Parts: sequence; C-alpha cells; structure tokens
Amino acid sequence: MSALLAAEVNVAQNVGFYIIAALMVYGALRVVSTRNVVHAALWLVVVLGGVAAQYILAAAEFVAVSQVMVYIGAVMVLFLFGIMLTRATIGAETDLNNRGWGVGIPVAGLLLAVMVWAVIDEFGSSVIEEPAAPMATTAISDVFLREGLVPFLALSFVLLAAAIGAIVLARKD
Amino acid sequence: MYAANFLLLGAVLFSIGVFGVIARRNAVMVLMSIELILNAVNINLIAFALMNDSAEGHVFALYVIAVAAAEVGVGLAMVLMIYRNRRSIALDELSEMRG
Repeated sequence: MSALLAAEVNVAQNVGFYIIAALMVYGALRVVSTRNVVHAALWLVVVLGGVAAQYILAAAEFVAVSQVMVYIGAVMVLFLFGIMLTRATIGAETDLNNRGWGVGIPVAGLLLAVMVWAVIDEFGSSVIEEPAAPMATTAISDVFLREGLVPFLALSFVLLAAAIGAIVLARKD
Repeated sequence: MYAANFLLLGAVLFSIGVFGVIARRNAVMVLMSIELILNAVNINLIAFALMNDSAEGHVFALYVIAVAAAEVGVGLAMVLMIYRNRRSIALDELSEMRG
C-alpha cells in the first residue's frame, strides 16, 4: 500500500484500474466457464467494455471508441446472430466442453506463470509517466497515412475479401 | 501507473482465452475465446504505446481490431455452413481431415 501512495503514482487511476480489471477477469472466467452460450456472449460484452475503459485509462481514446463501435457494436451482434442461427435451444447445455477440458487448466496456468514471471522480471518496478494529454488522433492518422499506408491498403483488401468470403460461405445455394 | 499493471492484465486474459480455446467444444465459444486472446494482445500494445509515448502501438491495435472483425465474419460464416451441413458445430465431430 505504501508503494501505491508514492508521489509518482496516481492513486485514483490505479484504483479505477483494479476495479475494472477485477470485473474483466471475472467476466472472462464466466465466458469460458458458463453453460449457457448466450450468457457467455453477454459476459464477453463486459470484458470488451472493460478493455475499452482500460484504453481510456491508458490515454488511447481513439482506440477505445473504435473498440466500442467494432467489438460491442458489430462483433457482438455477429456472435448473437451466430448463436441464434446454430442453436436449437436457448438455455443451459451440458456438452459445451471437450471431454479432455481439464488439460486446459495446467496449460493455461503454465502459460500464465511464464508470462507473469517475464513481465515482473522486466517491468516489475517501472512506472509509466502520466501522459500530458491523450494520444492525438492526428498523430495516429499520420502513422496510418505515412509508414502504415501499405498495410492500411492491404487491410482494406482483407476486409473486402472477408466480406465477400462470408457472403459466399453463408449463402444458401 | 505501474507498467506491469496492464501487462499482467493482458497475461491473465490471454491465459483465460487459451484455456477457453482448449476446453470448449462449441465452435462459437472457441471464437469468443479467440476474441479474449486478441483483446489481451491489444491491451499490451496500448500499454507499450503509453510507455514509449508513440502512436505506432495504437495503429497496431487498430490493425488487430480490423483483422479480428474480418476473422469473426468469416469464422461465423464457416460455422453457419458447417451447421447447415451437419446440424452440429461440435468441433470434435469434424474429423474428416484426420490422417
């Protein structure tokens, strides 16, 4: 707690971070553990909204707005349509997990241990300086339209191909 | 703000997503777990952008968001097609390509 009250650390920002982070981790655990597919999608909304809130805490407002529009606005609607078009029942189900689902716990635990060790080892004591202002959208667009122009155009083609591919795949013929 | 905060949150979300990909049998649930993983990566990218005070991390995060949207669109179309052909989206029943 004394570390939290150090002069260079903004206490309110940290408290907000921990509250949102706890909500997100609980929501993520519910996504992978609930027996109801629709509930999993709604818990995923909690996680994605929490991610958007963390972006705002990290002074990334443009990415936060994109996150809300693309993920919560579009991707979640796609997921809900996908659930409704593929499930006969809207309710609890018993066969959502593989038979060998327990293998996932040690794998995920080991992965988490390695990543936590690496992060603590490298960034354990470093403190991020508070940014003077949120990242300007003009700075992001400058990167997009100079160094990132070719990947940006490639991404446009990826989205076009994905849209056409999705129509072709899902069409009834 | 501690640098490790965002990175540890990303690591936790990533591990939960990996568990979901391994444990779930329903294809839509696996796609949701992949979304968790991609969001964990995005949190890390934004954290590094904040550390270095640069816009490149934001641009990478936006690329990831766009690719994730494309992936969900195509993935759910494939799930719909599989469901139409087999009346089931259980991943362990898709074994035709097993050698």
